Amino acid sequence: MTPTVEIDGLRVIVAGTANRVLDDVSLSLAEGEILGIVGESGSGKTTLSLSSLGHVRPGLQIVAGRVSVGGRSLLGRPARELRRERSGLVAYVPQDPSSALNPSRRLGSQLREALSYGGRSDEAVETRIGQVLAQASLDSSTEFLKRYPHQLSGGQRQRLMIAMAFLVQPALIVMDEPTTGLDVSTQRHVLESVRTLAKSYHTSVIYVSHDISTVGVLADRVAVMYGGQVLEVGITAELFGSPLHPYTRALLRAVPSPETASTFLDIPGTIRRPTDARTGCVFAPRCAFAESRCATMTPEPVLRGNRQVRCLLVDELTPADDSDRGAVPSPAVRSEGTPVLTICDLRAAYGNKEVLHGVDLFLEPGSCLALVGESGSGKSTLARCIVGLHKNWSGGVRLSGKALAQQARHRSLAELQAVHYVFQNPYMSLHPRKTVGDTLDLTLRRFGVSGRADRSRRIESILEEVALPRGLSRSFPDRLSGGEKQRVAIARALLAEPDVLVCDEVTSSLDVSVQATIVNLLIRLQRERALSLLFITHNLALVRSISQEVAILSDGRIVEWGATDEVLSRPKSEYAAALLRDIPRLVPTDQIAEVSI
Amino acid sequence: MRQWVGDVEEALRRRPFLHLGVHRLIGGVLTLFFVSILVFGATALLPGNAARSILGPHASHLQIVALDRQLHLSGTLFSEYGSWLAGMLSGHLGTSLATGLPVGSVIRPELLNSATLVVISAVVSLTLSIGFGLLAAVKRDKTVDHASSLVALLLTAVPDFVLATVVIIIFATLVFHLLPGVSTLTPGEYAWNDPRALVLPSLSLVLVTAPYPFRMTRATLIEALESDYVEMARLKNVPEWRVVLQHALPNALAPVAQVGGLVIIYLAGGIVVIESVFTFPGIGQGLVNAVQRHDEPIVQATVLLLAAVYVIVNIGADVIALALSPERRVAG
Amino acid sequence: MSTSVAAMPTPSVELVEDTDAPWRRSWWANLLAAAKVPRGAAGIVLAAIPFATAFIGPLFLPHSPTAFVTIPFSHPNGSALLGGDQLGRDVLSRLLDGGRALLIMTILSTCLAVGAGTIAGMSAAYLGTWWDDAIMRSVDVLLSFPQLILALLFISVVGPKAWLIVVAVGLSQTPGVTRVMRGATLRIADREFVKAAELQGTSHWKILWHEIRPSVTSPLMVEAGLRFTFSMMAIAALGYLGLGQPPPTPNWGYMISENSIGIQQNPWAVVAPLVLIAALTVGINLYTDAFARVSMGINRRLREPSLIPLLDGRPVK
Repeated sequence: MTPTVEIDGLRVIVAGTANRVLDDVSLSLAEGEILGIVGESGSGKTTLSLSSLGHVRPGLQIVAGRVSVGGRSLLGRPARELRRERSGLVAYVPQDPSSALNPSRRLGSQLREALSYGGRSDEAVETRIGQVLAQASLDSSTEFLKRYPHQLSGGQRQRLMIAMAFLVQPALIVMDEPTTGLDVSTQRHVLESVRTLAKSYHTSVIYVSHDISTVGVLADRVAVMYGGQVLEVGITAELFGSPLHPYTRALLRAVPSPETASTFLDIPGTIRRPTDARTGCVFAPRCAFAESRCATMTPEPVLRGNRQVRCLLVDELTPADDSDRGAVPSPAVRSEGTPVLTICDLRAAYGNKEVLHGVDLFLEPGSCLALVGESGSGKSTLARCIVGLHKNWSGGVRLSGKALAQQARHRSLAELQAVHYVFQNPYMSLHPRKTVGDTLDLTLRRFGVSGRADRSRRIESILEEVALPRGLSRSFPDRLSGGEKQRVAIARALLAEPDVLVCDEVTSSLDVSVQATIVNLLIRLQRERALSLLFITHNLALVRSISQEVAILSDGRIVEWGATDEVLSRPKSEYAAALLRDIPRLVPTDQIAEVSI
Repeated sequence: MRQWVGDVEEALRRRPFLHLGVHRLIGGVLTLFFVSILVFGATALLPGNAARSILGPHASHLQIVALDRQLHLSGTLFSEYGSWLAGMLSGHLGTSLATGLPVGSVIRPELLNSATLVVISAVVSLTLSIGFGLLAAVKRDKTVDHASSLVALLLTAVPDFVLATVVIIIFATLVFHLLPGVSTLTPGEYAWNDPRALVLPSLSLVLVTAPYPFRMTRATLIEALESDYVEMARLKNVPEWRVVLQHALPNALAPVAQVGGLVIIYLAGGIVVIESVFTFPGIGQGLVNAVQRHDEPIVQATVLLLAAVYVIVNIGADVIALALSPERRVAG
Repeated sequence: MSTSVAAMPTPSVELVEDTDAPWRRSWWANLLAAAKVPRGAAGIVLAAIPFATAFIGPLFLPHSPTAFVTIPFSHPNGSALLGGDQLGRDVLSRLLDGGRALLIMTILSTCLAVGAGTIAGMSAAYLGTWWDDAIMRSVDVLLSFPQLILALLFISVVGPKAWLIVVAVGLSQTPGVTRVMRGATLRIADREFVKAAELQGTSHWKILWHEIRPSVTSPLMVEAGLRFTFSMMAIAALGYLGLGQPPPTPNWGYMISENSIGIQQNPWAVVAPLVLIAALTVGINLYTDAFARVSMGINRRLREPSLIPLLDGRPVK
């Protein structure tokens, strides 16, 4: 049977250069099949998703290959013709629904517009809209349709976009990270809607994401991309169970799991950019198994059963097994006694609105406490109150028993030294006009290290400790990748030799493999320096591998707090249980024993 | 008291129109209050006794005292300010020092003339600028866009009296002899007695003010055309003309409403110079003459009037912008 | 008040910061770069002529600017290369002598506006709360006076004194600078690297100087250029209205108005000062535009300067 979607030998370059964003990509989808495309930044997955529509971002150019959907070719056509060919055939759901919905038009009219070029009667249009909205678990009343986009929640907007895509019953729907930014339970609903709709209308779906676990929940088959190429394609369960390509293996091991604590495998080196040199295998520079021929010969895709792999060594590698995953090393020895950080009845507000309603926590010296919460729970506010960046709070924050002033500028140098903070956003936490070395030097000077030679020495050693090359101290931040910037931020925090390190969602804007690197780094540093760590995240799955204790924050209140093991296996609160249930897993939930309250 | 204010705020929050209107109104009144203080203060506090400057170095002491009293400068600052403000608000705008006539009767015909000029210029200016802005945005980067952008840049860079003089040179004196360079209207006469006198001043005002809404329209429309939701509309196969008019334009209009207000403000300021260039009997020229003669009451009244125009236009523009943007109109 | 017309950016150049190289170039490097762009080069050339005329001109006066050397409105002849003005004085001499005061006053009022506006704007943004409200309220009040009105008000009381004009024009330009500096400072003050400095216990002043200042220099310089243009226009307009220096001192603005009557006989008396003023304002404006484009990068989507910070090519709120 002819596949509904065929992409053959697609190559996209940056116009006017030789840099390839997509290189020789070939994929096919059968009718009603859901294909998940997984890749980190720079893998080319977004470009691929747009190319399936025959479309590229300005500045890029399709130079080779074929894209055909439902038998019709979409490349090489003038704009007007393309639009005609494409209508009713392909639909697109972008990553950010707020910018894709016209803020000045009511929902109803935007939905009807999607159908108005198919020659249906008005009544048929309304019925159809009602049908699809119901399947997406949305209201279809007249009142709802009269609303404007800004009156919907984020999750509702996303489901609306999806419903709009399914309205015309296209042959193919392309979705680009539609669940980014949604909290876990909303995400689950959205994914369920997608699956329901796809299966009932036999629509082929291309689902692009950086989050491999999400893709795993939804997709029938998964394609793994790196450096503009598709490295491996296969049936989801098979691919997750026994990955063949070294990158896939490494990627899967970098994914945190709430069930088992394990060290992540970090992938050495940095993610490939389109401008990097182009001989041999794209992954070879970082591959643990690479041989000399990998650097010179470009692997072609080969078939092994249901799997398509691009690796010269595919038949020589032993199947991955989990025995070498290793257990998480035991935490730094805990010393009994006063907690290094105590938070008493912390209340914080923004203007008139209270966002933290009396939080009590403490952090034992030398251990790691994870603070988990969804967006809006107040976890970042809590972190800022602790370090003194927020102005409007009351309650007690004590460092080894001694109360800390409300604002950072009223705290003594010694107090500032003892508690350090790493920001979520790596792009803006380093001064853009200072070199890395200058920024680090300034910190040392601030905390009383005089003597230039002494400072240089310390800078060199800290860079080594965070696994960054020494020469990096001469670079400006804009030359560094996200992961490298974050490591510099951590280095800056450590230079002061703090007792407590507060990490506020430090890995949330990083790719999975980079996240693994940073988490490994933190674990190691904590052990070596007997640091006390307050690790804030929205990702409950991460917690098992890094912290000894976890506290869950919801709507400004702590709903659960205890040893990680306990909370993750036997949660006492309903919120925690729901959270655990909704986390997308590589292994589907029905294969894990039901978690009971 | 605080509770009551809180309740009022709550009720207003549910009706964004009213909320904005009330806020702006209060703000506007407050601003005008401070403006009046500044206007009065300038007269009272600036060095150089106003009365002496007006009467000249040979005035007698009695004359100065009399004038001081008339200008509200003799009593304590607060009491004089109070009586002055009370007078202003009740319509007693004072008496012109030069002619002895009540300020109101001097200003009224001038005001009507200027208003005519402003309205005509605003309509023409906005029509042309928004039209060209649309064109330039849709035909981005083509000749028409580059040409109009360059013209706009040059027009903003040239002082308005220079522009007006150039207009005179081209249309009235050296190049063509179409229209009068200087109006033959006498002060106090109404402009529509000789409509030809309106043409060149309007043209100059249009040239002075049109570039701003042009650039604004162009910029906001381009941003709308490059937005994700327009790209979605295109992907949904909506024809291009519909995309521009129904999808992009409504989102580009809200800032333009505010620029429309700005245009009127500029016009209010521009008439000062332009009217003087063409000796057009409007409030702008009246002001300049009054300044030259140190005719304080007229100056004060005119300045307050223009400031009030500014505040009112401001509020109006905000309300229109709100009406055009559903995000703020309907509570989320 | 941020949505009122008062908050509209001075509609001249729409500006953007990019996250690549322009960050790191120093401001004088940007000045040079702007001069190399066609727009900037044209601007410098245009502006240089009036500047030279105004400052060097007085050294080459063929006659005294107030002497009567020829028939009123006479055509260019041997003793008056640009003809005579309405009283028969040498247009050329008056031209060469008439720009100095204008330029000096413009420079002074620009400095006043930029200085006061920077202090007001940065302090308003950084200190916040009541001080911010007070500053913004003052800005609104000052903005209620269209263009020249404030100057006219002051002059009506004191008379057309030079220092008064400088103060009045400078004061009326201050709100624009205040708004821009406040906006620029607010954007930076919220960035994580500034907070990081706060966490190290750095004092307010050091933060303003080291962290914030380098990022606001560019918008400041663009504003300075714009304010120079507007100040010049205002002061020249005041001269035109006869409210500049008292006659018979030559004054480009006033030359245009006093000689308009005889424009058909000797157009030079009007056209020459007209061209010089126009060249100066257009030139400075072009160069400022070029500087804005060069120092603040180009918005990748609009391919034009605008005011949205970019993160990975996607606008960040």
